[in-house]
Amino acid sequence: MAGMAIGPIRRSFAPWNDPSAKAFIEFRNVTRSFGDFTAVDNLSLKIYEREFFALLGPSGCGKTTLMRMLAGFDAPTSGEVLLDGQNLAGIPPYKRPTNMMFQSYALFPHMTVWDNIAFGLKQDGMPKADIAKRVEEMLHLVKLETFAKRKPHQLSGGQRQRVALARSLAKKPKVLLLDEPLGALDKKLREETQFELIDLQQRLGMTFLIVTHDQEEAMTVADRIAVMNHGKIVQVATPAEIYEQPNSRYVADFIGEINVLEGRVSASPSGGARLECVAAGATVETRQQVDAKPGDQAWFAIRPEKVRISRDAPADPSVNAVPGEVWDIGYLGDVSIYHVRLASGATMKATITNTTRLVERPISWEDKVWMTWSVDGGIVLTK
Amino acid sequence: MRRGLTWFNATSVALGFAFLYLPILLLVVYSFNESKLVTVWTGFSFRWYGALLNDKAMLDAAWVTLRVAFLSATIATVLGTLGALALVRFGRFLGRTVFSGMIYAPLVMPDVITGLSLLLLFVSLDLDRGFWTLILAHVTLTMCFVAVVVQSRLVTFDRSLEEAALDLGATPTKTFFVITLPLIMPGVVAGWMLAFTLSLDDLVIASFTTGPGATTLPMKIFSQVKFGVTPEVNAISTILILVVATGVIVASLITKRREVERQKAERLALQG
Repeated sequence: MAGMAIGPIRRSFAPWNDPSAKAFIEFRNVTRSFGDFTAVDNLSLKIYEREFFALLGPSGCGKTTLMRMLAGFDAPTSGEVLLDGQNLAGIPPYKRPTNMMFQSYALFPHMTVWDNIAFGLKQDGMPKADIAKRVEEMLHLVKLETFAKRKPHQLSGGQRQRVALARSLAKKPKVLLLDEPLGALDKKLREETQFELIDLQQRLGMTFLIVTHDQEEAMTVADRIAVMNHGKIVQVATPAEIYEQPNSRYVADFIGEINVLEGRVSASPSGGARLECVAAGATVETRQQVDAKPGDQAWFAIRPEKVRISRDAPADPSVNAVPGEVWDIGYLGDVSIYHVRLASGATMKATITNTTRLVERPISWEDKVWMTWSVDGGIVLTK
Repeated sequence: MRRGLTWFNATSVALGFAFLYLPILLLVVYSFNESKLVTVWTGFSFRWYGALLNDKAMLDAAWVTLRVAFLSATIATVLGTLGALALVRFGRFLGRTVFSGMIYAPLVMPDVITGLSLLLLFVSLDLDRGFWTLILAHVTLTMCFVAVVVQSRLVTFDRSLEEAALDLGATPTKTFFVITLPLIMPGVVAGWMLAFTLSLDDLVIASFTTGPGATTLPMKIFSQVKFGVTPEVNAISTILILVVATGVIVASLITKRREVERQKAERLALQG
């Protein structure tokens, strides 16, 4: 999992926890239907100034439609979209204070890099000298000073992406919209660019809204993430909260790897939650308060890195422990993922950090093992 | 399977080319014939090219044809491009199927029918037939070809380019002229050239819709043939072939050079 971008400045930045903070972008009960298909379903969302906000979800979840309504390429069937207190209804895209970086980059193929970046400034009727100055500034920002006279087809993918970024930033929009901006780049360049984006957003102090289906990308760049499904927002929270405290199986499953054990809530002696996972053959106890009655169906979700794996039985095998047999080992270099087959036939995953260079691992295929976890390791989900 | 030149391949190619080009070759060769008789070769001469220069009626017809082709191709290109835009861009509007069917009807309509119906229209409107009715008729004939060519270009057009222009503050009109039109230009130019060529060699519709004082070259040649072919007709046809062939060769050379430049640019991009 990529590191989370919570720098020293960022730690204090949380306007969403401040009830008096004013929303910069607001979606109020927005619905967008295309015939029978509802792309966005009665959705409300507040995004704050200087926030780096990510809309995350599978394709067709409505995230792109939501962004296009902000840019003015689409309009809500019902509901309102507000930017800086202004209702955007009826304002055409060319009069909105937003700019967009397109997934395909949409660079004008018949214009040079310089003309591409200057395009928006020319539409505003900016004096020529000022345009030249701003374009130079933007070229410097994306480190493409020597490429000003090239046409888009004379650039590599990464360079095109930077021209698109410079072009969308040139007009200093109130909000920068990024539509899957890094999808076309290879992994290494993508990770590099993610950190460049964070750096840029903090330096310029602008509001960024990114649409992506890549959960690592959202986790890396965003202050907050909205996880979407079927036109609705399932959870809005910081990357750490989304990862550690998902509010549903959908979010838990969408973000990273997770083991989910189905079970029934039972009376807990400790005051936390107690779950009988009969199929998996485990009893789970957490310190979490769960809103469910004994006998209700619930799910225990735990990330593979929070599962310990050992050939020795734990001191108390009756709680937070389950036996199994190593079925498969995925060696990824930094970590190894153990797929363990339980008595029920289900598989659980556990990751082990490879702390030594030994090629022979202490646990091997077909070993009988015990998997255990702490009371704070996993989370009980009721939906 | 054997590749390369076999007797079978060579014969096929030779027969094919002969089928296509033998008549034209014969026409070109006999345009340099000394004799007044088309089928009897008596010696090499530029005599008929000289005669052509003094044939005012023939030159007038050529001039009319060029002006009609130029004007009708230009009007048809504007209308055809607008039609293609409407078909590709406006989605499912009321009457779209009828509109798209009707725009393509002249493609398959027999020239005689088109010519006759236009003639009836001009007569009922009491329009004097001549240069302008000829242009109207050729616009009707060629517009659908332009629409087809431009439409194929528009279908592959990346709409996000226009959205990017709008997003950056250009009005829809400005976006069309600064982004869309330059990018579909190859299709528009191809459509124009197609319309120009179609107008240039149309005989049937022109015969129906033109009047005195606006005789086109195909009409002139056809009427001369009725009195027996003179090598003068061969001469003017040879000049036409030369003009068209030059156009095709220049166009393909330009395309080839662009392709080479594009590949060079891509190599440059890969080097960073």
